[in-house]
Amino acid sequence: MAVNFAQWGNDLYTGRRSYDIVGRRKWWFLAAGILVLLAAILLVKPGLQLGIEFRGGSEFTVSNVSTSDQQLATDAVAEVAPDEVPRVTSVGSSSIRVQTSELTNDQVEQVRTALEDAYGVSEDDVASSYIGPTWGQDVSKKAGTSLVVFLVLLAIVMTIYFRNWRMAAAAIIALFHDIAVTVGVYALIGWEVTPATVIGFLTILGYSVYDTVVVFDKVRENTVAVTEQSRSTYEERANLAVNQTLVRSINTSVVALLPVAAILFIGAFVLGAGTLRDIALALFVGMFVGAFSSVFLATPLEVAFRLREKGIKAHTAKVLAARTSAVTELAADGTTVVAADAVRMTGQTRPGSHQGTSAQPRRKGR
Amino acid sequence: MRTLITLVVLIVAVFAAVFAGTKWSDATWTPKLALDLEGGTQLILAPKTEDNSSVSSETIQQAIEVIRQRVDSSGVAEAEITSQGGSNIVVALPGKPSEATLDLVRTSAQMEFRPVLTYADPTPTATDDATADPSATADPSAGATVSPDDTATAEPTDGATAENSSASTEAVFQNAVATSGDTVVRNASATDDPSAEPSAEATTGTDTTGPESPSDIDYYVTEDVLARFNALDCTDPDNLTGGETSDPDAALVTCDPTGTIKYILGPVEITGDHISNASSGIGVNSQGVSTGQWVVNLEFDGTGTDEFTTVTTRLQSLTSPQNQFAIVLDGLVISAPSLSSGTIISDGKAEISGSFNRETATTLANQLKFGALPISFEVQSQEQISATLGSEQLEKGLIAGLIGLLLVVIYSLFQYRALGFVTVLSLAIAAVLTYGVITLLSWTQGYRLSLPGVAGLIVAIGITADSFIVYFERIRDELREGRTLVAAVDRGWERARRTIIASDAVNFLAAVVLYFLAVGSVRGFAFTLGLTTLLDLLIVFVFTHPVMLLIAKTKFFGSGHRLSGLDPRRLGATGGTRYVGRGRVATGRRDEPDGDSGLTTENPLLATTVAGGTIAERRAAARAAAASTPPDDQPQDGSTPAERTEGND
Repeated sequence: MAVNFAQWGNDLYTGRRSYDIVGRRKWWFLAAGILVLLAAILLVKPGLQLGIEFRGGSEFTVSNVSTSDQQLATDAVAEVAPDEVPRVTSVGSSSIRVQTSELTNDQVEQVRTALEDAYGVSEDDVASSYIGPTWGQDVSKKAGTSLVVFLVLLAIVMTIYFRNWRMAAAAIIALFHDIAVTVGVYALIGWEVTPATVIGFLTILGYSVYDTVVVFDKVRENTVAVTEQSRSTYEERANLAVNQTLVRSINTSVVALLPVAAILFIGAFVLGAGTLRDIALALFVGMFVGAFSSVFLATPLEVAFRLREKGIKAHTAKVLAARTSAVTELAADGTTVVAADAVRMTGQTRPGSHQGTSAQPRRKGR
Repeated sequence: MRTLITLVVLIVAVFAAVFAGTKWSDATWTPKLALDLEGGTQLILAPKTEDNSSVSSETIQQAIEVIRQRVDSSGVAEAEITSQGGSNIVVALPGKPSEATLDLVRTSAQMEFRPVLTYADPTPTATDDATADPSATADPSAGATVSPDDTATAEPTDGATAENSSASTEAVFQNAVATSGDTVVRNASATDDPSAEPSAEATTGTDTTGPESPSDIDYYVTEDVLARFNALDCTDPDNLTGGETSDPDAALVTCDPTGTIKYILGPVEITGDHISNASSGIGVNSQGVSTGQWVVNLEFDGTGTDEFTTVTTRLQSLTSPQNQFAIVLDGLVISAPSLSSGTIISDGKAEISGSFNRETATTLANQLKFGALPISFEVQSQEQISATLGSEQLEKGLIAGLIGLLLVVIYSLFQYRALGFVTVLSLAIAAVLTYGVITLLSWTQGYRLSLPGVAGLIVAIGITADSFIVYFERIRDELREGRTLVAAVDRGWERARRTIIASDAVNFLAAVVLYFLAVGSVRGFAFTLGLTTLLDLLIVFVFTHPVMLLIAKTKFFGSGHRLSGLDPRRLGATGGTRYVGRGRVATGRRDEPDGDSGLTTENPLLATTVAGGTIAERRAAARAAAASTPPDDQPQDGSTPAERTEGND
């Protein structure tokens, strides 16, 4: 298979085999649009389950305990609220702190009783109170501000590097798509959003742009002097770039996803709810979507933007017109004129090669 | 080769630093762990209000924000800060935090500037003439020149020396040497006369009813104030805790933090919220030579600068001790410099020097920078807490990481054959270096590894490996063009380098922005991201590329052994025959009948062609066009026979 894969990569590189990814951009845009829309719906209902770190909750302090077994507390809470994942911590040498998301007054009483029984302490030894979020408004606000600053800087940096704002715009739109879909999937699965999840989302942010930049760099390389030749259009050059980086995109995604998948598997099936599971899910979905969007969304978007540019537009028209005339001219019967539109160039020109001495005419009589 | 040696030196340096740390300092061989994995210390702060009135939730939110900024400023340790029961604040710090860190959390850092009305010996006095007669003072300027502290107080910009109050107090009170009251006022616009001769005359009170100025002794030093002043015992530690809130418009009777002097101070003239920035550093004297003393530099905002100008202008006309102003932190005088005559400070910059060390100076600067807590808090309890996540989480996480790594190794060997070993080796070096740097940083910067951090590092495997994949693919591309391996590595590197730098720059940008603007665990994450990105770049530049250069020269890789992953034939390099220099031609497999290789298009295509097309191209195009039936929109999986044209141009 490896041989085939290498052969396949080779074919993609030369253009012998080519997937018309950019040409079908309308479909990708439609699919991306639907996904984002679905994500938006999922965000409203069922919505994200914010964890205790964001909303605050109830806290129970059990003092004078003789054992510091944390499992007892977990079980006690599970009796009352089965879905609850309490955070149990021992404080000092003889007390246990149990934090849960906000419970009703009834539940609070029940948990108190359960904790009393579990640890065998008197009523006075269990105190309950309300705790505020550790990830408060101010943290979210600061994170939000820094995100905006990052996006602005990113747009500037990409515009300078690629010498074109359209690449930056396409990258940022793709980025939003990735984040939206990831958050949507998270809402769909319904796991609690914890700071670990948010950190996962932020990683996606970096990864998505990173992946897009790699693909765009190839596009840039392929289209460097596109208007100075008349063989292929900008669109075709960009499509060739996508095809040429396809092997890299697949390899990178597999390599990046393997460790994440390992964490996700261990986190979800061995450990159950917790930091690892949360972060791994966010990462897994995000990286997957990110790899897809860098190929199927970012580049087609960029091409769509570029095709509105005057110079590129004129160049495309010129190339296509010349091509049509070439076809009509040669296929004298004219039957294929209609097909000229569908014709596209997928490869790049390749130099001829030295055929070797064996290809030279043999001198006779020697 | 030389770069490889650099790398070895670098790794050795990192680990040597850690080793030195474990030997002579408190570094450890393992990175310190964050709150979720190691547990730490939990402080419960209860608001200290005079009348037990309830505290609004906004005030608590504000206090939480200030505490969080202060904690963040002390390093990258992620703290958990939350409110409890509406009024208490619970702060959980990882590990065993130092006193300085605890101070960051505990002290409210309300700073105010008040004029000094008078000062005295710290012990209670019986006399009602509490205004210690400054005429008893030995000439302060003489004292200043003798005092070793004084070199630190030389005016850096234009040599106008701000008088050093501790020098003067030293002359009066034998025990005053330890005060932190020596201060330099850094001043760009000070005008003249570096050594002021404070008049030997003491108070020159005026007989007016209203306060003439905040320095008006007769108005502010009432019987009551005087009585409190006389009764105050600054040697009693109870009086040195500070934290009391005081009426900003009345005189304040207080001590300095070491309990060596007591003061009567006028009303508040400038409040701490006019400080726009604060930093700590080593002070310099007028010659710009480092004094080796830790100082805290302050900068005022617009209002503060104006007020400060007014104050210094007024103090000019006064005599000792009223030409001093006191810097009051949480009710205690941390510094009370006097002004030399002619000194008017109008650029809003001041420097506090004194008995600071690195930690206390940094702590104070951080406290001032992020503002005062809106109210004072007292520590209700301070206890050890256990980790919120069991040790099994970390264990399982690491196992998952190992499994993931193993899968990556298998995949890259499968994909890149022998070349995969370069990937594996690079990843191994990245892992070693990351471990070393994190251990080093957890010692020097207080970096702590949380479980999300561990996950981030595992994910970084992917990002690091991508650099190699980009690089290898570029090399393969060049091989496909028919280059020899050495040439392909050169050219491939040139192109890959650009891509790698551009994409890593984006990641690094994200890390830097998040690190400097966000707080809490986002900041910890940004740190990890930035670190791994930098290490990725480092590894590619000083390890992977040099290694590629080396192995390109070996026979195994250079001749494109089947298992090397760089076999030109498998990569379908054009034709079999290529010119290899020196008049020789290498023959290899020729892959297909010739008319077929080269520029191809996919569907009934017309390759290229246009005006510039060759005749062969045009023919091919025509053939293709003739063969094309439907204008095609089926999946191009290559199963449909594609016409190919020759691509000579």
